[in-house]
Amino acid sequence: MENIYLIIVLSPLAASVIAGLFGKQIGRSGAHSVTIGGVGLSCLLSLYVLKTQLIDGLPVYNETVYQWMSVGGINMEVGFLIDRLTALMMAVVTFVSLMVHIYTIGYMHDDPGYQRFFSYISLFTFSMLMLVMSNNYLQLFFGWEAVGVVSYLLIGFWYKRPTAIFANMKAFLVNRVGDFGFLLGIATLVMFTGSLDYYEVFAGSAELADKQINIVGQSSWSVLTVACIGLFIGAMGKSAQVPLHVWLPDSMEGPTPISALIHAATMVTAGVFMVARMSPLFELSETALTFVLVIGATTALFTGFLGIVQNDIKRVIAYSTLSQLGYMTVALGASAYAAGIFHLMTHAFFKALLFLAAGSVIIAMHHEQDMRRMGGLRKYMPVTYWTSLIGSLALIGFPGTAGFFSKDALIEAVGHSTIAGSGYAYFCVLIGVFVTALYSFRLFFMVFHGQERMDEKTRSHLHESPWVVTVPLVLLAIPSLLIGWPTIGPLLFGDYFGNAVFVLSQHDVLGEIGAEFHGPLGFLLHGLTSPVLLLAFSGVAVAWYLYLKQPQIPALIKGRMEFLYRLLDNKYYLDDFNEQVIARGSRLIGQGLWRAGDAMVIDGMLVNGTANSVGRFAGVLRRLQTGYLYHYAFAMVIGLVVLVGWIVW
Amino acid sequence: MGLLSTLIWLPVLGGVLVLALGQRESRPDRWLALGVSLATFVLSIPLYTGFDFGTPAMQFVERAPWLPMFRIDYYLGVDGISTPLILLSTFLTPMIVVAGWEVIKERPQQYMAAFLILEGLMIGVFAALDAMLFYVFWEAMLIPMFIIIGVWGGERRIYATLKFFLYTFLGSVLMLVALIYMYLEAGSFSILDFHRLPLDLNTQIWIFLAFLAAFAVKVPMWPVHTWLPDAHVEAPTGGSVILAAVLLKMGGYGFVRFSLPITPDASASLDGLMIALSLIAVVYIGFVALVQQDMKKLIAYSSIAHMGFVTLGFFVAWAILRNGNSADTAAGISMGLTGGMVQMISHGLISGALFLCVGVMYDRMHSRQIADYGGVINTMPKFGALLVFFALANAGLPGTSGFVGEFLVILSSFQANFWYAFLAATTLILGAAYTLWMVKRVVFGDIANDNVRALTDLNGREGALLMILAVSVLALGLYPLPLVDMMEPTLTNLVSQITQSKL
Amino acid sequence: MVTLTHYLMLSGALFAISVAGIFINRKNMILLLMCVELLLLAVNFNFIAFSHFLGNTDGQVFVFFILTVAAAEAAIGLAILVVMFRTRASINVEDMDSMKG
Repeated sequence: MENIYLIIVLSPLAASVIAGLFGKQIGRSGAHSVTIGGVGLSCLLSLYVLKTQLIDGLPVYNETVYQWMSVGGINMEVGFLIDRLTALMMAVVTFVSLMVHIYTIGYMHDDPGYQRFFSYISLFTFSMLMLVMSNNYLQLFFGWEAVGVVSYLLIGFWYKRPTAIFANMKAFLVNRVGDFGFLLGIATLVMFTGSLDYYEVFAGSAELADKQINIVGQSSWSVLTVACIGLFIGAMGKSAQVPLHVWLPDSMEGPTPISALIHAATMVTAGVFMVARMSPLFELSETALTFVLVIGATTALFTGFLGIVQNDIKRVIAYSTLSQLGYMTVALGASAYAAGIFHLMTHAFFKALLFLAAGSVIIAMHHEQDMRRMGGLRKYMPVTYWTSLIGSLALIGFPGTAGFFSKDALIEAVGHSTIAGSGYAYFCVLIGVFVTALYSFRLFFMVFHGQERMDEKTRSHLHESPWVVTVPLVLLAIPSLLIGWPTIGPLLFGDYFGNAVFVLSQHDVLGEIGAEFHGPLGFLLHGLTSPVLLLAFSGVAVAWYLYLKQPQIPALIKGRMEFLYRLLDNKYYLDDFNEQVIARGSRLIGQGLWRAGDAMVIDGMLVNGTANSVGRFAGVLRRLQTGYLYHYAFAMVIGLVVLVGWIVW
Repeated sequence: MGLLSTLIWLPVLGGVLVLALGQRESRPDRWLALGVSLATFVLSIPLYTGFDFGTPAMQFVERAPWLPMFRIDYYLGVDGISTPLILLSTFLTPMIVVAGWEVIKERPQQYMAAFLILEGLMIGVFAALDAMLFYVFWEAMLIPMFIIIGVWGGERRIYATLKFFLYTFLGSVLMLVALIYMYLEAGSFSILDFHRLPLDLNTQIWIFLAFLAAFAVKVPMWPVHTWLPDAHVEAPTGGSVILAAVLLKMGGYGFVRFSLPITPDASASLDGLMIALSLIAVVYIGFVALVQQDMKKLIAYSSIAHMGFVTLGFFVAWAILRNGNSADTAAGISMGLTGGMVQMISHGLISGALFLCVGVMYDRMHSRQIADYGGVINTMPKFGALLVFFALANAGLPGTSGFVGEFLVILSSFQANFWYAFLAATTLILGAAYTLWMVKRVVFGDIANDNVRALTDLNGREGALLMILAVSVLALGLYPLPLVDMMEPTLTNLVSQITQSKL
Repeated sequence: MVTLTHYLMLSGALFAISVAGIFINRKNMILLLMCVELLLLAVNFNFIAFSHFLGNTDGQVFVFFILTVAAAEAAIGLAILVVMFRTRASINVEDMDSMKG
């Protein structure tokens, strides 16, 4: 099996290297063939691995590939941990990646950086696989940063656009803030367990919960809480949780396939995956869980609001992604790790679908992204229309779709949770359902229904996208619609995850819900009576009323609630805060330290100051050197007298 | 003649020969220089292949009386600390020769000769086991460097060379006093005898401070760092490379060879000062680097910040012992020392590469100002890709060598104190901010002006150089095991030396 | 009776006069040279006085040496003086300050 795992990881890497270094030689078709071949192979083998884990019941694989180094007895290795959690993530990552590869053929058809793009997305697949398959924190951190770098390269793919190269730097730096916490979290674990290996750290987790560490003054913290919060700060960066979410909307400057692959389906879920993987640690620290819960709930609700006022089609979906990531995080905080992962999986499918559909619309509109200049696209783009509808329904949790199962289970789990902050979280996720429905269908109605607001030239060229674009849409629509049915039982309430996810019995909200679970159909019927559905439908209804029936009303509301609109339109002024206070502040500090510290104090006063004072002293002394012989003679005589006097007495 | 002697004197002799050739039209001097430097590199390979990975003892030892009157020996030998640094020097010198191939127009043969002689002297510093021999090499090295900056430098080269020379010389003289004192105590100039010399705390502190004056300037540590940006800005490309890659390492090497083992108790009592200076270097200099307008200055400041990690890694040991909370204190100390050492090697490769990159641009545009560039990747795609790679490595991306040292040092400093690690880890943000901001303004964007439009991509010579460096940065990042294994026994021995009080 | 003390006093007075002449005189370099000669003369006077009163001829031998040196010195000094006058058209001591710091 080890060779299979290696091939899964290395084939996208090899493909990426070939497409990247020899792009010119192998040409465009060569580049996409080789990368699709690599990722396709990886996807097939991942599915096979999933099968071996699921059906053949292969034991957990936890082996070292090679030793990176060893310092003072601490082994730092590269290795794989393959259990069902990993297998599921591998399948999702490679499948979505494969779809995006195929889709890219159509989307990037005319781009001069075609080979480079394929090289990057294959490299991304490699990095993401390294992240999910890791069995230790070192490799996790490697994957963690590597996906960040590829994301950096891809957001700035169109490097001539000033906005793109601003967005990619912002994304990288904000992620680095997260990584900063992440690294400190890892350092905590290494300090107290002396190991980087997951299992060895987990084995010592109970001990860590009792140990205390002083951070500020004498107030002591549980080591585990410090470690978990550190790790979670990393997750906040990568999974774009408030307040480190600011990079994700800007990352939409990258090509749309990237938005689908990296900024919706896979990379941003790394944080969720990581917390689930670390469940044996998080479970033992209620403080950390509460922290996770509150951050997640805040993200889920407040970024959802922002989606309502955006007009850029990709940005609306980006905010929806933020909000959904918040949902997943809430699930983690409520100890419903399986529900978080389940939502991660369904979300990967339907959000990738929505992004690719948006991309299809963008191609048709000749790279116009403003929804105010769209409308009525339904009759021109039937496939895109229907797949978008499926994606939107899944997103709002329409009964029977994949999103319904995951979201409903998630909300119910939060409702059952007793961890501090769960009341707030429950409130946020419930309101969030309404908001989600509102912005998703606002988008849907503005794009596909209503008046055709584009100009004549664009309208005359409108047509459905080519098959390389629509086939991935259809292929993604299928799981978006159906994947919930077969998977909800085993994933949430069965023992699918086995030992991969650890839940304390007093936190086991899914177990409580599971006691009443009688198959997906029963869950569906139960869901029909819940307030969640009502909220979702009222959201759709409001969207319908405001954007189709009475399109003049939104403007009216905007006028009435000027302050609120401004607040949302400016994204709670967080971007301004970051730019004006943090970025400018850093530059000012830098200028201050440089001009005042280095140039004035050290160089001016100490270094050149010493030189100058030597110079000044010499300037005084030189006056003695008059050059007149009789002065020297006089000095000589005085000296002689003094000397003789001194000797005689 | 032993291997180490050959490594020292071959380049020196080669340099003299190159000088003797004089300036000729066919430029045989550069071929000779390349030949000599390559031969030195090839000859240095047995240092690795023949190295005994299992012992902390000195290897390839040569010893002969030199000035028997004062019991000064010609005493050479290497261990796990010095071998990697020697290999780094021999690896980089051919690159510098090639980098200056067509670029240096004025007195080119003297330029080549200066670097060859410098190489020999640098190897001498790392290989010397006699304090006097060490001191001679240490000071002699200043001369070629002084000439390199002073002759082939930029406009303010005189100011820069004087500053460089006075700064470093002032420090070294104090070191000489300490060395002579220890000679009087120990009766010999052998560094290994110094290691065993029992000293009381007061003496140790004075000796430590004398060493600090010499090594802190070389590293350079805040606040004696201001010579470095000036020297780098004025130095020719090759000078900057060797300065950043090898000369700065002498300071770090001095700490592990002299300060830590000779004055462990003084290090223990002054470690707060050292840690504070290191952290100031990381944070303060990080902010300063952020606002630099001159690329070379930016990289110079980034060097100071990175070298802050080296000194931090070396001096956290006692804080770890005092904290005593970690699962394995010896491992924590070991990580700090290893991290500092790896950081030195890695910084040598990365900063060298970055200075070469700036050199490539400077040769074409004759400007180092960030504002004069923009959208370089449009006209120089290969170069842009490599520069982005080195920039990411400089920001400590995992998978590149820049990560290894930082990672180890942060893990280690965490064991001493949460806030040490907290401040050290800000480099993740600051390092990325200053490097990537520079990349954004220089490499990305639309073509900024006609000068950028006229740029031509890397020629074969430049491309090969940068590729070799890129591959080594990647190799060291993906598989640091051979390097770490080489240092392990020596560092383990060092851990026991420094944790054992001499009082 | 003329005792040693008288000789020494004379020689001291000569010495003092010549020293005063060196740093009070600011105009003429020839005077300076003459003062130097006078200095040597004062010393010679001492030598001879001691030689006579102590009955030891060594002092007189020294005087010969000193006279020789003084002669050479006067020759060189005058030569310098001549060259100086040619190049600077002045033998004023106040003009000779090129050693000024």
